[in-house]
Amino acid sequence: MCLAIPAQVTRLGDDGMATVSLGGVVKDISVELLDKVEVGDFVLVHVGYALHLISEEEAQRTLAMMAEGGLLDEELAEIAQEGEAA
Amino acid sequence: MKYVEEFRDPKLAENLAAVIRAEADSAREYNFMEFCGGHTHAIFRYGVQDLMPDNVHFVHGPGCPVCILPVRRLDDAIELADRHGVILCSYGDMLRVPGTKRRSLMVAKSEGADVRMVYSTLDALKIARENPDKQVVFLGIGFETTTPPSALAIKQASEEELENFTLFCNHVLTPAAIRHILDAPEIDPEEAVRLDGFLGPSHVSTVIGSQPYEFLADKYQKPVVIAGFEPLDVMQSVLMLIRQVNEGRVEVQNQYARVVTREGNERAQDLVDEIFEIRPAFEWRGLGSVPESALSIREKYAAFDAEKRFEISEKVSREVKSCECPAILRGVKKPKDCKLFGNVCTPETPMGSCMVSSEGSCAAYWTYRRAETLAEMAAERDLEPAQ
Ligand code: SF4
Repeated sequence: MCLAIPAQVTRLGDDGMATVSLGGVVKDISVELLDKVEVGDFVLVHVGYALHLISEEEAQRTLAMMAEGGLLDEELAEIAQEGEAA
Repeated sequence: MKYVEEFRDPKLAENLAAVIRAEADSAREYNFMEFCGGHTHAIFRYGVQDLMPDNVHFVHGPGCPVCILPVRRLDDAIELADRHGVILCSYGDMLRVPGTKRRSLMVAKSEGADVRMVYSTLDALKIARENPDKQVVFLGIGFETTTPPSALAIKQASEEELENFTLFCNHVLTPAAIRHILDAPEIDPEEAVRLDGFLGPSHVSTVIGSQPYEFLADKYQKPVVIAGFEPLDVMQSVLMLIRQVNEGRVEVQNQYARVVTREGNERAQDLVDEIFEIRPAFEWRGLGSVPESALSIREKYAAFDAEKRFEISEKVSREVKSCECPAILRGVKKPKDCKLFGNVCTPETPMGSCMVSSEGSCAAYWTYRRAETLAEMAAERDLEPAQ
């Protein structure tokens, strides 16, 4: 549960929320922990919150490594499970 | 996509391994603790240990939030769900950790308690909004990366005047735990694990920065390299540590500078500071009571503190007998030293926390080193005199 996944911001809400696309999954996350975010920015997402801005290169590099190690599927599965939670 | 190609290149890993082999002084032993379970997992998954010369050792530290939560706190959470009839929300791995008498949150759920797995505190808040007639408790665990999301949840609940949401706060602090590990030999000489340096956590450091590790270099004379989670990051960080040791330098270096700064995410830190304060002491599985190593909710937000809202009974909590998780979390034992490994204890039937989370040492050995570990255990058994 310690990993953070890189994601790209595709839409900004006015309530501190943003929509990101993350390994092909679209998800609403909170960007309240960041000072300034813009559409198109890459962020590190951990438990539903953007923790840090990162560069596109870093995002791609991390996604590629995670995909290669099979980690991405695990993390995405964890995110997807949330729907079943309730 | 140039970077991606480079990072996928196994040649690069091989080159880095060759440099490490060339620079590691064969007359020395290098013992580096990776505090963070994310590193433990990366080291195993990508076989980083196999690329290292024989005198470079990884000592697995206690940095897995699921692993270090003491049974007592888990039993308390189960009691909240059982006795107080709350909707108890938690991150996934936590549900399978066995509490006293091997009763887990999952077992409580199967027996009728309302336990729900969530991915985020945002989901827990949503459940609270949708169930105004029920109390919703979020079991908050984790190091400095999961703490800001918990802080924001409280802030949001307070702004919305959400009266049925509370946090059962078990958030812990990385630097305090490292300090405790280094002080342990003074407390108990049996516990002396020789450490020549630390791989500092990456995502924790995106929040707190590299500055909080500087005491390790200044006061304890231990080199630290903040390391990213990718295998090449880990290898490069090991090389940086080896160079510090060889040259007699003691510094905090930041291999993960592309993400981590010295200051970290100050906005997140301010928020954590607004909501939480430092507990005088907190019990860790394996480490015992560690001074100033965890957070509790400030008086101002007491309305959102599950420990204040619900009466939690005194009880006797016990870990599974013979489970060696505590010693493994201190870095003094390995999974092969546990009699239960692989026979009664597996990820399907975990007896201790280290087998539950994929960042736990036992789970890592089980997934990536099972055959070798079982063979070593068998060999060691044969060496013991027949009973
Ligand atoms: S193998 Fe199981 S019982 Fe043994 S230390 Fe690991 S988690 Fe505990």
